[in-house]
Amino acid sequence: MAAQETKERKLPAPAVSQETQAYWDAAAKGKLLVRKCMGCGQAHHYPRTICPFCFSDKTEWIEASGKGTIYSYSVMRRAPVPYAMAYVTLAEGPRMVTNIVDCDFDKLKCEQPVKLVFKPTDGGPPLPMFTPA
Amino acid sequence: MSIKGKAYIAGIYEHPTRLAKDISLAQIHAQCAKGALEDAGLTKDDVDGYFCAGDAPGLGPMSMVEYMGLKPRHVDSTDTGGSSYVLHVGHAAEAIAAGKCKVALITLAGRPRAEGMATGTVPRSRGGTPTPDEPFEFPYGPTVVNMYAMCAMRHMHEYGTTSEQLAWIKVAASHHAQHNPHALMRDVVTVEQVVNSPMISDPLHRLDCCVITDGGGAIVVVAPEIAAKLKRPKVKLIGAGEFVKTQMGGKVDLTYSGARFSGAAAFAEAGVKPADIKYASIYDSFTITVLMQLEDLGFCEKGKGGAFVADGNLIAGTGKLPFNTDGGGLCSNHPGNRGGLTKVLEAVRQLRGEAHPAVQVKNCNLAVAHGTGGSLGLRHGSATVILERE
Repeated sequence: MAAQETKERKLPAPAVSQETQAYWDAAAKGKLLVRKCMGCGQAHHYPRTICPFCFSDKTEWIEASGKGTIYSYSVMRRAPVPYAMAYVTLAEGPRMVTNIVDCDFDKLKCEQPVKLVFKPTDGGPPLPMFTPA
Repeated sequence: MSIKGKAYIAGIYEHPTRLAKDISLAQIHAQCAKGALEDAGLTKDDVDGYFCAGDAPGLGPMSMVEYMGLKPRHVDSTDTGGSSYVLHVGHAAEAIAAGKCKVALITLAGRPRAEGMATGTVPRSRGGTPTPDEPFEFPYGPTVVNMYAMCAMRHMHEYGTTSEQLAWIKVAASHHAQHNPHALMRDVVTVEQVVNSPMISDPLHRLDCCVITDGGGAIVVVAPEIAAKLKRPKVKLIGAGEFVKTQMGGKVDLTYSGARFSGAAAFAEAGVKPADIKYASIYDSFTITVLMQLEDLGFCEKGKGGAFVADGNLIAGTGKLPFNTDGGGLCSNHPGNRGGLTKVLEAVRQLRGEAHPAVQVKNCNLAVAHGTGGSLGLRHGSATVILERE
């Protein structure tokens, strides 16, 4: 069974903002950052400077372990190169929009353990994605 | 202050076109406005409130107000995607109850087919200043269909919902569409045909998706003293609710929609229960959209939607809850990729006794119309209205 290679897919560069520059700088170094609130102790995603749970402005970057599980996924078949859209539940708590890559799409399952990988984009920082652990 | 009994739907119009190659966007808006005002027995000069959403050309309501020669003293261009027009009915009632207008016109139009838009299968960036979410979503390739598909996938995982159960929703819509001469798809389909249609994004097949059509529609909402002078059957608004459901900072839960909250608010205001409803217009961008909203509106227990929709339970004449008797977005019309307005239209037809005789619900005195706009799997606006025949 041939894996659907995502390297054939041209990924658009994310639009980096002042608020999330550090997230993308870390991605370029192979690290996934998560924003954590020192007020309520909860991590959130996508990252904001003001916590969406308690509205405290005492939020900080933490480095994610890169471990997670698939919350849900869908293989987009009607695309020039099929790809697996997913929500992954990070070990740190938040669920993030991502892709599952370098695997047999027909064997994916909800709650499957996955680990972090990065994929290059077209002229921008790389995107955090996941592959079966 | 409640809007219960403070406003009536006096006029409706659905544009018959499904492919508007030779008509402009503004022209469709105006043709729909004219049709709905004539249906009500009112004129353009009676309109003192105007409502539209992001499908209208120009900045908010201004270009269409000018094009149609309106002189509104109240405008509202709240955009919650396809649910906007259901939400507008509630907002129009609020404005009427507050004395800000007496005749509110709501219009919708779109030309995605004529413009050759790849509606469901291509990721779209809005352009301009990116939304805060965009960098964390758009590069991954979210499309309309794969984000709804992820809701279906999780629903199947948690509750054992099957593709065959989802297919029954399309089957029911197709049974209704065969009677609608304007419907894009009029062929009755079977569960086998739906599950054997090409997979677009797992687990949603081609026939789990709605049609892509051009067209539009309009609604005229009026104050009670205006409704009393008109000759059309009286359809009273007795409850309305709205909600915006998001990814909640990463506490994503794809198993329910904002209908849980918009529906609860509307039913509470109306003082009725789902079991009292004789007819339901349910937003049907995809089969999974219908299933989740039925659960969230309280027509069945969470997770039991699959069993509820199976075996023809949504088909008029045989099922317990007739839904989308015009064929809905799944078979008839999803003008401009925004299906909320047409949901209100068929609910009004049912309450007036003006639905096609083959699908008209007997003694239809209470109906719900519900919309979901945006993306069920990313963030969406929900709106619910409850309508009563007087």
